[in-house]
Amino acid sequence: MKKTVIFSALTAAGMAAGAAAAGTLDDVKARGTLNCGVTTGLVGFAAPDANGEWDGFDVAVCRAVAAAVLGDPTAVEFVPTTGKTRFTALASGEIDMLARNTTWTFSRDVDLKFTFVGVNYYDGQGFMVPKDLGVSSAKDLDGATVCIQTGTTTELNLADFFRSNNISYEPVPIETNAEAQQQYLAGACDVYTTDASGLAATRATFEAPGDHVLLPEIISKEPLGPLVRHGDNEWGDVVRWTLNALISAEELGITSTNISEMSGGTDNPEINRILGTEGTLGEMLGLDADWAMKAINAGGNYGEIFEKNIGEATPIGLARGLNAQWTDGGLLYSPPFR
Amino acid sequence: MSDTSAAFVRTEQVPPSPPPASATGPVKWAKDNLFSTPLYSLLTIAAFYFIYLILANTLPWIANGVWGTSSLAECREALNGVSGGCFSVLTERWNQLLFGFKYPADQYWRPALTFLLFFAAAAPVLFFKLPRQLLLFTALFPFIAFYLIWGGTILTPILALVGFVAGYFVYQRFVTGSFAAGFFGGIATAFVVWIIGGMLIPANANEGALLSTVPSRDLGGFMLNMMLGVTCVSLSVPLGIALALGRQSDMPLIKWICVVFIEFIRGVPLITLLFVASVMLAYFFPPGTTTDLFLRVVIMITMFSAAYIAEVIRGGLAALPRGQYEAADSLGLDYPQAMRLIILPQALKISIPGIVNVAVGLFKDTVLVSVISMFDLLGMIRGPILASTEWNGVYWELLGFASLLFFVVCYGISQYSQWLERQLATDHR
Repeated sequence: MKKTVIFSALTAAGMAAGAAAAGTLDDVKARGTLNCGVTTGLVGFAAPDANGEWDGFDVAVCRAVAAAVLGDPTAVEFVPTTGKTRFTALASGEIDMLARNTTWTFSRDVDLKFTFVGVNYYDGQGFMVPKDLGVSSAKDLDGATVCIQTGTTTELNLADFFRSNNISYEPVPIETNAEAQQQYLAGACDVYTTDASGLAATRATFEAPGDHVLLPEIISKEPLGPLVRHGDNEWGDVVRWTLNALISAEELGITSTNISEMSGGTDNPEINRILGTEGTLGEMLGLDADWAMKAINAGGNYGEIFEKNIGEATPIGLARGLNAQWTDGGLLYSPPFR
Repeated sequence: MSDTSAAFVRTEQVPPSPPPASATGPVKWAKDNLFSTPLYSLLTIAAFYFIYLILANTLPWIANGVWGTSSLAECREALNGVSGGCFSVLTERWNQLLFGFKYPADQYWRPALTFLLFFAAAAPVLFFKLPRQLLLFTALFPFIAFYLIWGGTILTPILALVGFVAGYFVYQRFVTGSFAAGFFGGIATAFVVWIIGGMLIPANANEGALLSTVPSRDLGGFMLNMMLGVTCVSLSVPLGIALALGRQSDMPLIKWICVVFIEFIRGVPLITLLFVASVMLAYFFPPGTTTDLFLRVVIMITMFSAAYIAEVIRGGLAALPRGQYEAADSLGLDYPQAMRLIILPQALKISIPGIVNVAVGLFKDTVLVSVISMFDLLGMIRGPILASTEWNGVYWELLGFASLLFFVVCYGISQYSQWLERQLATDHR
């Protein structure tokens, strides 16, 4: 999402120097902790609670990987990164993986030399307007003033959208989400645009959330997912299949409550293979046979993690939408465990 | 005519009657100061109305404040539409605002004790009428503070101290012969002591130490701002003096090193230096050997403020009349004596407002470390606290609290500097 040209250039330049140490899996096992890069704070996705414990949707991925590799979901050293420091932290080896609502894009994958192991949240850029503006579609926003975070891909998406629909707008550049909330509430702009999850989280903090509506248009694709360095495919596989295990677990109905019962053996061979009672999938990854069971035990399956951190029961109140299982009309589709 | 007596002769003084009400007391003060001309009266009324507007909005907001809830939503429920602050965030997260979110809660007494000891250590430096023996504690304070805050084995600070003491003795021994021999000999000795001592300390010395180890990454909150501010100010003043003198030196090499350093650092924004410290330096070290982030940031901020202080002191040096330098020469003083006894005391006195200005600015600039994902006071507010589902949306209370903390410190520094200027005012005005 956020990316400045300078820093991507710096990152790319530094990539040559930051030789990725091969054998991240062995490093993590030897160290006994997983160094996981997270955001410095994003509602629902990653934030420390009053006791200083990290919690959130992205954090849950870190914990699942730590549980799969080390058997302990708390054996994670969370390294907070900003939008500007995240890629150098990963490239320089300071962190083993990055789970920081990072959009999977071509240049990040190819040019910055990272491997996105999957998508844990399908986001997209949306619009929020006050209800009394009487707007029901983003195409009615001709001449509107728009609060927009500078230096992000959302800024470019916005320009593209308005140009392709041949309508005009007046941007109000702002720096942070916090500033945007204040500007928007103070009436400095008619519309606030950022990722739909961010809009929902922002609206949830308003005193009167009902006075604001999210417009139906989603004008960009923002697949957010965890990523690792190029060049260490074994480690990439571990992170990728841990994420897939969480997604498959939901599809197959494995939850944190029934997992111990299921680990005794079931009639479904795929469940048995995931939970390690059949086959040698864990061994192939270089992990214990019950690696996926530990990962799912860390915070539940994908659906449980979603509901606990950002789902409809939380103040953020995001619907599953695109992030439902493919069987429910969403995009979550894990390759088979075979 | 002789027995004609006056009808009335006053035999005693008329008792002074009180001045008319319009020429005394608050009425006169108000008339003189607030309503002396129609224009002033108008401005006064406008100003009072303005103050009333501010207070009418803020006072109920503070008075209605909610202190005991556990989330913003509960606050709003408790307020029930009335305007009021949600100060519960301060009562719930005060420890994170002050110490960061990872400093172990049962160890808060360590930074708190360090903070108290800091006043004892700073007092003899700030108030020169106190007995000079107290400076011994000031010299020991950095090591005590390091041990208290970071914990771990006590051997580390002791080794650092021994290195300094050994270096100092070597310096004392050789400085009479040649300043350079003493200076570089002292530095070399200190490093030899540290390297040898570092090998002697067992690798597992931190395990089972009396005070548990707290890595730099776990420091945060206002504690981090204070630590950065105090460390960087106290390091950058001597460095700034050295740079200012070096810039005036007759030796071209030293002069040009100082000029290039000062001009380069002053020409680069602080935030750029911080990014270099946090991001780029990692590429210059071999993989796996990273210098502590706190140390990297301290070095960068110190270099930055030293360059500014050097220029302030250079202004002080330039303000001294040429005669002062010539007087020192004619007394037969050598360069260090002339500087120490005649030039610097006067130049530094002139530079006090400028140095304090840089120090206050530097202290406030420490919040910039929040952009390189260190959780100082502002970083805690912008990151973890505003990103928690409970407190997302609380701005005025948190930022007001931060302003209050910074204001207390900066106002204190400013008051001290004014007192110091009065104390040192020896000229005739």
